[in-house]
Amino acid sequence: MSTSPSTSADRSARAPYVLTAPALALFVGVVLVPILMTALLTFHDWGQYKGIERVLILKNWREVLSDSYFYEVFARTFRMAALVTVLAILIGAPEAYILNRMRSPWRAIFLVVVLGPLLISVVARTLGWALLFGGTTGVANQALMKLGLTSGPIPFMFTEAGVVIALTHVLLPYMILSVWAALQRLDPQVENAAASLGASHFTILRRIVLPQIVPGILAGAIIVFALAASAFATPAIIGGRRLKVASTLAYDEFLNTLNWPLGATVAVLLLVALVLIIWGSNRLIESRYREVFR
Amino acid sequence: MSFLVLDRLSKAYDETMVVKDLSLSVEQGEFIALLGPSGCGKTTTLQMIAGFVEPTGGDIRLGGQSLLAVRPSGRALGIVFQSYALFPHMTASENVAFGLEMQGVDKAERGKRVSEALGLVGLGALADRYPRRMSGGQQQRVALARALVIRPRILLLDEPLSNLDAKLREEMQIELRQIQRTLGTTTILVTHDQSEAMALADRIVVMNKGEAEQIGPPFETYEWPATPFVAEFLGKTNVLDATFDQARSEVRIADAAWPLRSADAADVQVSIRPEKIRFVTGAAPGIPATITTRIFQGNHWLFQVDALGRKMTIIQQNDGEVKPSEGDVVRLGWMSADMRVRARPKERA
Repeated sequence: MSTSPSTSADRSARAPYVLTAPALALFVGVVLVPILMTALLTFHDWGQYKGIERVLILKNWREVLSDSYFYEVFARTFRMAALVTVLAILIGAPEAYILNRMRSPWRAIFLVVVLGPLLISVVARTLGWALLFGGTTGVANQALMKLGLTSGPIPFMFTEAGVVIALTHVLLPYMILSVWAALQRLDPQVENAAASLGASHFTILRRIVLPQIVPGILAGAIIVFALAASAFATPAIIGGRRLKVASTLAYDEFLNTLNWPLGATVAVLLLVALVLIIWGSNRLIESRYREVFR
Repeated sequence: MSFLVLDRLSKAYDETMVVKDLSLSVEQGEFIALLGPSGCGKTTTLQMIAGFVEPTGGDIRLGGQSLLAVRPSGRALGIVFQSYALFPHMTASENVAFGLEMQGVDKAERGKRVSEALGLVGLGALADRYPRRMSGGQQQRVALARALVIRPRILLLDEPLSNLDAKLREEMQIELRQIQRTLGTTTILVTHDQSEAMALADRIVVMNKGEAEQIGPPFETYEWPATPFVAEFLGKTNVLDATFDQARSEVRIADAAWPLRSADAADVQVSIRPEKIRFVTGAAPGIPATITTRIFQGNHWLFQVDALGRKMTIIQQNDGEVKPSEGDVVRLGWMSADMRVRARPKERA
């Protein structure tokens, strides 16, 4: 070897950088560069006949921020994401609690049942919902009408309610896992302690268990909200062409209208809004629970 | 009528009996220690009194009334858990106030009693601190205050000091004892630490394999262990094989003899506490021994000796005298009254 051997101190100081370099390169290559290119794209111009022009203008941003159509799409996106998050909390938190209290063989079985949806492709699951409630031919709708419980088919396809229900089903496992992780950190004796001090089951749940799993619920809420706001397949299949959300709108601009700069603007705006919302709520959680959960 | 009565209390999990026919009467204001090795059923007994575990047999009566049908939340007992089980999302004073809130004590009275309780355990200054930011000893005190503030009919302590370091544990023992004396709360302590049981309790229940081997005051239990298990578990002891001579009313070990009025059998076992053994000379009865190790521990000397092919332990107070050193051959003697003699168990084939 012609190079002088480096000292071991040198090498150990460099080791972390060398070892993380491949991951860093991957991150830069497939995340950072595309995002920066997309951000750059938002300032380009586009015309029906001239295609993309590599200029730096604010036309797209002006359009997105001033046109009420975009405002409506974003409002719908975050309204549905918020609804999905609330539903996931209302269903997922009690479900995780029950799961946590189950005995040995059942707990594992039901955990698989709960996580099952994650093993199936989103598209397949969403189409399953469409088969159940899709118009007059949906299995569930037909059954309900035959039983005389409803006079007509329950409107599901192409409705916000339909998208919210399907998304909640898809994203519920994330909430359950997050709450479950928080529940596992609880000292089971703490509930006994509260009972010995005269607290009823309900009081123990409300005053002792719930406050301790709030960080888990909020962490789950952030995940569910982010995934719901950026979901594509479910709103695309159930929401259809008319009930647009930010991600399907961006998709359409890219692939149908071919107005890449406008699609990029919508995508970047969604990203920025999501980052702001998550960062803000994370700050809120941390400042609220710092004393307790450090 | 005793205050708390355990009447042939039993608990079985599947086929294994964890607690077997445990009977115990506790007087008001008494401090009882359930002492035994892990798995002896002492914690299960405490959990049954608390109501977290349902007995499979027997009864628990408090003030003459059976507790079996009463939920844990209705038993009005104060419990200090081994893990303290403080509410991590509440400050010390909120933790202590919780029980009073459940009892519907109004806010002004609550505040007064919470600061009283925290003052009692010496934590008045840390009322607004969260448990995570407290030391083990401070958390322990909060747990104690939380259990005491509701003026429980019985205070149950589940290995409350086992997570503390030795010095703090001794301090807390003294404090616990003083607090219990001051308030006069009937207390049941579960512990595997024999010195803790002896230091705190009015009476000790020595448990083994789910059964009470002996119930009695610490001094009596230590001096007169009812079974070999109690003798071994409560302090150290030396066991020697001996013979009892009915005609001459004496116990013989090797060529030495101690007067004894009666014994259960001709082949007997003699146990002597380490601190009862002395180095003797002259005519006093004694057995020859060689000192293998000598350890100085400040207030006392600890000797390991080889006597008649057995290892024995001897403790001698440090009285300023020069003690024999390692390798010395000595004669070990003791008072007749310090021997505990029982029939030798049959050799197993």
